Amino acid sequence: MKYKVNEKGYYGDFGGAYIPEMLYPNVEELRQNYLKIIDDADFQKEFHQLLKDYVGRPSPLYLAKRYSERYGANIFLKREDLNHTGAHKINNTIGQILLAEKLGKKRIIAETGAGQHGVATATVCALRNLECVIYMGEVDIERQAPNVARMKMLGAKVVPASSGSKTLKDATNEAMRDWINNPVDTHYIIGSVVGPHPYPDMVAIFQSIISEETKKQLLEQTGSDQPDYVLACVGGGSNAMGMFYHFMDDENVKLIAVEAAGKGVSSGFSAATTYLGKEGVLHGSRSILMQTPDGQVVEPHSVSAGLDYPGIGPQHAHLFKTGRGQYVSITDEESLDAGLLCTKLEGIIPAIESAHALAYLEKMEFKGGENVVVCLSGRGDKDLDTYIKYFNL
Amino acid sequence: MNRIKQLFQEKKNILSIYYTAGYPNTGDTLQIAELLEQSGADILEIGFPYSDPVADGPVIQASSKQSLDQGMTLQLLFEQLKDLRKKVSIPVLLMGYVNPVLQFGVEKFCEACAEVGVDGCIVPDLPMVEYEEFYKDCFEKHNLSNVFLITPQTAEERIHKIDGLTNGFIYLLSSSATTGKNLEVGNTTEAYFSRIKNLNLKNPTMIGFGISDKQTFDKACSYANGAIIGTAFVKAIADGNLEESVSNFMKKFKD
Ligand SMILES: Cc1ncc(COP(=O)(O)O)c(C=O)c1O
Repeated sequence: MKYKVNEKGYYGDFGGAYIPEMLYPNVEELRQNYLKIIDDADFQKEFHQLLKDYVGRPSPLYLAKRYSERYGANIFLKREDLNHTGAHKINNTIGQILLAEKLGKKRIIAETGAGQHGVATATVCALRNLECVIYMGEVDIERQAPNVARMKMLGAKVVPASSGSKTLKDATNEAMRDWINNPVDTHYIIGSVVGPHPYPDMVAIFQSIISEETKKQLLEQTGSDQPDYVLACVGGGSNAMGMFYHFMDDENVKLIAVEAAGKGVSSGFSAATTYLGKEGVLHGSRSILMQTPDGQVVEPHSVSAGLDYPGIGPQHAHLFKTGRGQYVSITDEESLDAGLLCTKLEGIIPAIESAHALAYLEKMEFKGGENVVVCLSGRGDKDLDTYIKYFNL
Repeated sequence: MNRIKQLFQEKKNILSIYYTAGYPNTGDTLQIAELLEQSGADILEIGFPYSDPVADGPVIQASSKQSLDQGMTLQLLFEQLKDLRKKVSIPVLLMGYVNPVLQFGVEKFCEACAEVGVDGCIVPDLPMVEYEEFYKDCFEKHNLSNVFLITPQTAEERIHKIDGLTNGFIYLLSSSATTGKNLEVGNTTEAYFSRIKNLNLKNPTMIGFGISDKQTFDKACSYANGAIIGTAFVKAIADGNLEESVSNFMKKFKD
């Protein structure tokens, strides 16, 4: 448990709840109740029932034959892309919507980058008949148009965030402002392992289903529940944390987190947080973030909207600083090429976010026969426009 | 004695004005301070801008962005305030978010405040527990007051804790809101203000968020030691001649 949150809400030097007083009652209410609610047997039953019947879990752990041949290792894909709504994000929104109901909340807000978290939130709000408002950067509204339409069909109000870089960071600011102005009846479903304590822990718990299943599936398929490597992309870090969760204390399992290098880590257009960032406070927690020497947050860049964020969750900052996780980065071009390769080799069009994780396989060296699990966090339908433009399809 | 304490002992209906450093032009910071004192402000809250001001509404977001785009930094602010105490005698607080303070260095920040004659700070996203553990000693060493916010949702026990931890004044938000919302004093707000008044806190209270004219200011003063105006002032100095716009704005609050 040495990588888990402590009773003060910290992971080593990172975490905490740096929030204005206006948010204190809501965050404190969550902090006092989240574990009690989640551990309740009825909650667990309903959560797992929905994951099974509505989301379609367990998601397959697929031994990708042609990838395995190419790399000389056993490459397993954890198929979060097959979840209802097309990404891992729904694991968290199912959990949080049930929790919001238990807290008596009537209105749900969320931020979204790629639109996957927005869609996953709008979906569970439709399912449970709750009002839903989604904040999304203007730039992302443009590059993820199909997801905007899906959210609207699902009955959500999509509010454009027009400040700053008009992407995920700014959508998060707007959602926080909404919560400040609606302090009583609203629950904010944060979409990644970021935000003030207890969010990073709560979201990690809901996403931990990914590694829980992976362990069982590996045991069945390989005879051991310990792979040599697990890989996942990192925006805020929720699919990675879900993928790492039950492997964190197995120190012989190497954890590889793949950040978005954008046009290159030194290009000035990047989202490689651990490479470019320094310790500081963003969106309610102490972590690592890209910033100027004056402490102003630097606007990130990535071709993938879901990774276009200048920070990472505090638990990732801790895994990075302690050396437990290896943090690497992949450029826009490398990820798009990897997306096409996955499509050609395995017949799976991955989300560009997930393609970052796949792209790192090209850079690894295998002795032969290692077991490698890659979290395929989402499907690429939402990214067709970007693929079409890049490959002139 | 600390300038803030002295002011509250001597005066009622205190008018505190917030403005963003380096706005509308980078070099305006100190001139605005002087003009405000000359036209009757009792306290100044100088905002050091931050790229992601989550507690602020559109007006202060925009002033912060413009100021940053024009090159404002915390370092530059302290340089601009070098002669503060030659020109301004009323209490001055710095207001801003915690990340720029962290990057500047907490110790160095407190030293710089003391050196230029700043009396206190308001850092809305610095939580009480962190303040107590990591900042309080440094603030006290440099004789800086740290002002905390409370809202209608803040529990009484917590209000008393805040009252024990601070030694300037308590910033009473008229409602849980980002800056720039209008004050609507309905029955629930009045009940909340009265409730706080009856707690007999050791610190004076100032009502902020949504005060924009004489009427809302007077109303606030009937429940607290004074009130804070931010957005309305920032709007008023957006363009035009500072001398004129500051004095015109301040005239509205004179009898
Ligand atoms: C498919 C997919 N993968 C990954 C991410 C990045 O988020 P996180 O790092 O929280 O997993 C997103 C975010 O939108 C996504 O849609």
